[in-house]
Amino acid sequence: MSLAELEQVQTSTEVESSGGLLREAVTRLRRSPVAIIGAALITLFVLVALLAPVLAPHSPTAADLTKVRPGSVPGPSAAHWLGLDEQGRDELSRLIYGARWSLLIGIVSTTLGVTIGVILGTLAGGLAGWVDGVIMRLMDIMLAVPGLLFAIGLAALLGPSLKSVMIAIATVNVPIFARLLRASMLSQRGSDYALAARSLGVRRSRITLAHVLPNSLAPVIVQATLALATAIIDAAGLAFLGLGSADPSVPEWGRMLAESQNALNTSPQLAILPGLAITVSVLGFTLLGEALRESLDPKLRR
Amino acid sequence: MSLVEVRGLKVHFPIRAGVIFERTVGAVRAVDGVDLDIDRGTTLGLVGESGCGKSTVGRALLRLEPATAGSVFFDGEDVFAKTGEELRRLRRRMQMVFQDPLSSLDPRQSIGSILAEPLRTHDVVAGPALDARVRELLDVVGLPTNAVSRFPHEFSGGQRQRVGIARAIALSPDLIIADEPVSALDVSIQAQVVNLLEELQQRLNLTYLVIAHDLAVVRHISETIAVMYLGVIVEVAPSDTLYDEPLHPYTIALLSAIPIPDPEVEDRRERLLLVGDLPSPANPPGGCRFHTRCPFRQPTRCHDEVPALRELRPGHQVFCHWAEEVAAGQITPTYAGSVPAAEA
Ligand SMILES: Nc1ncnc2c1ncn2[C@@H]1O[C@H](COP(=O)(O)OP(=O)(O)OP(=O)(O)O)[C@@H](O)[C@H]1O
Ligand code: SF4
Ligand SMILES: [Mg+2]
Repeated sequence: MSLAELEQVQTSTEVESSGGLLREAVTRLRRSPVAIIGAALITLFVLVALLAPVLAPHSPTAADLTKVRPGSVPGPSAAHWLGLDEQGRDELSRLIYGARWSLLIGIVSTTLGVTIGVILGTLAGGLAGWVDGVIMRLMDIMLAVPGLLFAIGLAALLGPSLKSVMIAIATVNVPIFARLLRASMLSQRGSDYALAARSLGVRRSRITLAHVLPNSLAPVIVQATLALATAIIDAAGLAFLGLGSADPSVPEWGRMLAESQNALNTSPQLAILPGLAITVSVLGFTLLGEALRESLDPKLRR
Repeated sequence: MSLVEVRGLKVHFPIRAGVIFERTVGAVRAVDGVDLDIDRGTTLGLVGESGCGKSTVGRALLRLEPATAGSVFFDGEDVFAKTGEELRRLRRRMQMVFQDPLSSLDPRQSIGSILAEPLRTHDVVAGPALDARVRELLDVVGLPTNAVSRFPHEFSGGQRQRVGIARAIALSPDLIIADEPVSALDVSIQAQVVNLLEELQQRLNLTYLVIAHDLAVVRHISETIAVMYLGVIVEVAPSDTLYDEPLHPYTIALLSAIPIPDPEVEDRRERLLLVGDLPSPANPPGGCRFHTRCPFRQPTRCHDEVPALRELRPGHQVFCHWAEEVAAGQITPTYAGSVPAAEA
């Protein structure tokens, strides 16, 4: 297929696939309390991340070691609502800026993972034959290693930096999306409308890209929402293990959790607060993902 | 010459086993040697129980399922020999209408885009003429023009099937294979869709292969009916002849399952019940395929010898060793397969 043909296919997909089922799914989502709670949590999370410079009362990195002594970290006060951390930085501001990093890592790594996974899945599901065989064996090998372990290995290999964290998490996601999309495409490929298109003489490339692919994406969208949640947890895990950003002043929730260990007895809030932030943001994506899964389920349709 | 000539068509689906090294351990013989002729402008009804291979015949004719053996000639052209661009051009002339109108339409496509697709694919028309043609198609099948921007799920079953039919005639084909075109529809809608098919046949000089699991549906629209059992044709006859004087025991049994409106006739006639299930097409019975369920079965021959095609009357073909004797009443259904209507 030439590039021009590919482009043609893609533009016509956009024109034709708008509306219908998606609108219906959105209507159903609006009536689901789970979806509303999930969406509210995500909105909160995204707003905090975007508006961090406005919301944060202090700089997240300005340390003031004069205010803290080992074993005694000031708790909440009028100037510092959530108190200070071990190095005298404002805890609230660090949490607020931490949302930025979590969101950034989550979105970039998931987008990257979905994009590569969708390309590989489309190749496998669309071309079948030996291409399918080779791609899927490769995905099987990647899936054989537990996700977080794989990410830790890869991040350690690439050296601690945010870029390695994103690449590591994206890589873990690739086989998940590739497999999911391929399976979904295989079942759509045998459907009557694909058969109808074939009997009309529609070219295989167009059947795959304009009919089968758009109808196979629902589980991918659901999984992408859930993958965002996992990415936030994994990013925190990597940062906790010291595999996050190379700059120690970057306020990542995972790193904050790790640093709080030294003062766990005297200042447990330093562990609880980032933990809570992680939990709430992850919960938002998980709830929305589950609600999406239900609203897109063909069994519940009609 | 017939528009469609099918000779010795076989479609076997391999049964595979083994985890790492897949082996073929057998085959589902869905279609196992079928001959059919369809004259231009006529309708052939293909009837048989669920799972006997009707849909597979239709799909193989359209090259939607690879055939294992046999040949199909369409207007003198060897369908199975076509590849690539030639095959695509041939597809314009043969179309399909599906059983489930909803699943045969892409849920994400508007009706307008569904109907425009075949026209665009073959560069039949473009630009404003394309819109005009789409509207014309909607009009022909009796749908409002505002359907263009709506989606399949917004329509009723009957309307969806009209969309499916409009799509099938978009390229002005010669042959339409309708696979149980009304069996998914409400009884009240079925007649309307059948009428539409008939009307279009007249208007566009279409040739039809109509597939159904029930003789009643195809009786009125078919000139000829072929009855299929377990991958093979067992009887072919002009529609009325088949109803009035069926020769094959399987056809007789199928017909006796249709209630007769006249209560007196209904009371007097004997109803033949088929015992047992359809045998597995992976391992069909030898001899006459119907012998495991045939109420007229006779010793040894039915079991040992495959019945040959016999044309007992002009245009009336049957695959049964004992058709004449059954018709003459010399063999009566003798075992549990037959139950008088009153007891049934
Ligand atoms: N792709 C396939 N792979 C394996 N077996 C198949 C396949 N398609 C059909 N079969 C088998 O072939 C046989 C005939 O199927 P087919 O769909 O042609 O029957 P049918 O007469 O159309 O039945 P129905 O009335 O249920 O539509 C069945 O036993 C079916 O299970
Ligand atoms: S050949 Fe024998 S078993 Fe077959 S249909 Fe005729 S009578 Fe029945
Ligand atoms: Mg069928």
